[in-house]
Amino acid sequence: MTILKTTNLKKRFGNVIALNGVDLEVNRGEVYGFIGPNGAGKTTTIRILLGILQPDEGKATVFGKDAWQDAVEIHKKIAYVPGEVNLWPNLSGGEVIDFFVKLRGSNNKNHRKELIEKFDLDPSKKCRSYSKGNRQKVALVAAFAAEADLYILDEPSSGLDPLMEKAFQECVMDIKKAGKSIFLSSHILSEVEKLCDKVSIIRKGKIIEAGTLDELRHLTRTIIRLKTKEEIPALDEVKGVYDIKKTNNNTYTFQVDTDNIGDIVKYFSQSGILKLESTPPKLENLFMHHYKKNGGVS
Amino acid sequence: MFGLKFNQTGKLIRFIIRRDRIRIIIWLLVLTTITLIIAPAYTELFPTEKERLVMAETVQNPAMIAMLGPVYGLDNYTIGVMFGSQMLLFTAIAVAVMNIFLVTRHTREDEENGRIEIIRSLPVGRLSNVTSTTIVAIGVNILLSLIIGIGLWALRIESMGIEGSLLYGAALGVTGIFFSTVTVFLVQLSENTRGTIGFSFFILGFAYLIRALGDVGNKTLSLFSPLGWIVRTQVYANNYWWPVILTAGVAFIIIAAAFYLNSIRDLEAGFIPARSGRKTASIFLKNPLGLGLRLQRTAIISWLVGIFVLGASYGSVLGDINSFIETNEMYRKLIIVGEGFSLTDQFITTIMSVIAIFSAIPSLLMLLKLKKEEKKNRAEQLLARSVSRNRLLASFLIIAIIMSFISLSLASVGMWSAEISVMEEPVSFITIFKAGIVYLPAIWIMIGLATLFLGVYSWATGLTWLYLVYSFFVVYLGKLLQLPQWMGKLSPFGNIPQLPVEDMNWAIILILTIIALFLIASGFAGYNRRDINVTKDSFYLSFLFKKNKN
Repeated sequence: MTILKTTNLKKRFGNVIALNGVDLEVNRGEVYGFIGPNGAGKTTTIRILLGILQPDEGKATVFGKDAWQDAVEIHKKIAYVPGEVNLWPNLSGGEVIDFFVKLRGSNNKNHRKELIEKFDLDPSKKCRSYSKGNRQKVALVAAFAAEADLYILDEPSSGLDPLMEKAFQECVMDIKKAGKSIFLSSHILSEVEKLCDKVSIIRKGKIIEAGTLDELRHLTRTIIRLKTKEEIPALDEVKGVYDIKKTNNNTYTFQVDTDNIGDIVKYFSQSGILKLESTPPKLENLFMHHYKKNGGVS
Repeated sequence: MFGLKFNQTGKLIRFIIRRDRIRIIIWLLVLTTITLIIAPAYTELFPTEKERLVMAETVQNPAMIAMLGPVYGLDNYTIGVMFGSQMLLFTAIAVAVMNIFLVTRHTREDEENGRIEIIRSLPVGRLSNVTSTTIVAIGVNILLSLIIGIGLWALRIESMGIEGSLLYGAALGVTGIFFSTVTVFLVQLSENTRGTIGFSFFILGFAYLIRALGDVGNKTLSLFSPLGWIVRTQVYANNYWWPVILTAGVAFIIIAAAFYLNSIRDLEAGFIPARSGRKTASIFLKNPLGLGLRLQRTAIISWLVGIFVLGASYGSVLGDINSFIETNEMYRKLIIVGEGFSLTDQFITTIMSVIAIFSAIPSLLMLLKLKKEEKKNRAEQLLARSVSRNRLLASFLIIAIIMSFISLSLASVGMWSAEISVMEEPVSFITIFKAGIVYLPAIWIMIGLATLFLGVYSWATGLTWLYLVYSFFVVYLGKLLQLPQWMGKLSPFGNIPQLPVEDMNWAIILILTIIALFLIASGFAGYNRRDINVTKDSFYLSFLFKKNKN
């Protein structure tokens, strides 16, 4: 069942084209990663999904309803954490959390308490004295305390320390287990890799790649580190081998296309393997791979 | 779907009241207290008809009309009429200022800081925030109208009946509502808080200016200003209600337009887009001084234009004063007390004290900008580089001091350039310039005080503003209210020799300058010693912590 769908979203701000045809589809129970560099259009897309920006062209639907027209209805079942959390300086964190929860209408005191403990937040402090990470925690507690069907998180862990990042990931897994959907925008690739079932990569307002992580890994190369008894003859002529770096003692580092990996292993094993190390494709490589393909890293 | 645009407005109203309960109460208390203290003061100052008639002649001076609004009810110049015609306009302006801040705080400021974004991600209507802010503003203004209206009536002053008192309150409240709707409208145009407040104050100032010009000259001009409408209520004399209804009607149209614009615009956008900036820094932006100037460029230019216009508008009434004297022999006898000095000269001395107090505002703003930089954790970015504290503070101080000189000079130039075209025998530029520039040490003392607070008790910088407001009351309104002289002497502005009527007194100038230097030096000493970026809370916390340790 489709929870969230956009077709050909376009949005300009004056002369700047922020989105140039964005298509997304998130199904029920999915954790959907939305990655891209700063300024690629992640936040603009999210704001259109929230019905606070109106697209110039295209359509965004959430729960089958129009994101702009039916914003209020949709928001009853959405929880959102913005990338940059600014709160009212003269209110305490606890007050802000309660206010957000009240605006939604639901109220689960136990869950709130549990989350505050989990994120190690002092709810009696005034928001003005919170650090960036602590303000982020307030927004996260308010979001996770809500019983929503879709969680939209815009770079939610950017201000958190590793311990809190773990707490955050646990919360995401809990939600996933409960069959809820999550739309997670990030540029922290390891996080997306750990949590997401599907990924879309956005660049300059366009989706340049989308699919499950496994599907996307086909597009990238495995890194092989190798030491052999004898020199491997004519390695650079083998199909699917790239970026060969050879040091003395017959030690090689190179990349291989995942599709051709069988043939390549067969080929260099003839030279007598002393040591073999292979690194699976990381999202980092995937990311860089795409940027290089499209005319260098911006 | 229409109803959903306003979803949860009620909860937001309660939230705004919760956030601002103290702020709103303070505003209401201050406005009410001042009004309710001043009204009985009139009965003590002008107990008999004779004294009131003297005042009646004084307020017919065009400068007074330009300042306070048209005179009315002269055939029966009661305490009520005096109070109404002299207090209504200034109190209304104070109410307008309150509304501008109240509305901006809950609309553009929250939007700019991304708080509206979070609220809008919840099941809250597109227009809920702007609606709840408007409702709170209207509610506060109605409350103010009733408290002041009933309060004035409850004073049981003979000429201040129930209808006039309620009208006085209503005129204040409706001005407040008007400027709250103007602000809501301007929020739709400007992309940021500063722009919104700047635009709003410009409209307020413009309304005051065309009313002043209209009331002195062409009366029709005043009818284009909401402030021109409300002074035509003729409170406690004829009690006209049409200006209140007219103002409310126009406010309704403005708010409807604002709501429409709000419903069609993107969040965090404005209809007047912000210009894009330079790609590289200019050669001036290479040290803290350059930064201070660059950050405040627009503010500096606007203030200088404003001060020039202020000087020019006072200068333009100088001509009317002379023609007025020619036709009114009695007035001439009443006002001219010093031998050998023209009315014009005496007018200049009074006006210069006001201009000098206004000229202190930009200087203080420019200096106290540093506190804001500190609060926003930007000062530490400079201090973390090779910028000493002395250099940082000195950079902002220099801007303030230069600003004080330019402000007073420009005000003098403004007054002179207007005066020269309307007067048959214009006052020489050097006379006007001396009358203005002599106030420099007074402004320096204000700057020194601000430096001291900035350096030692940075949370207390607001007291500088309080002192400036005090100075305005005792130096300017002190004459009207006949306050004791020592109250004036407590302000640096009350100690400056009033050129050209009084003689130059170099000793006082020297003493004031030395005091200013001493304040500045103490400020520097403190700024070098104290912690940067310490909020009051953590200051107390560290104090507690130390105590526990011992």
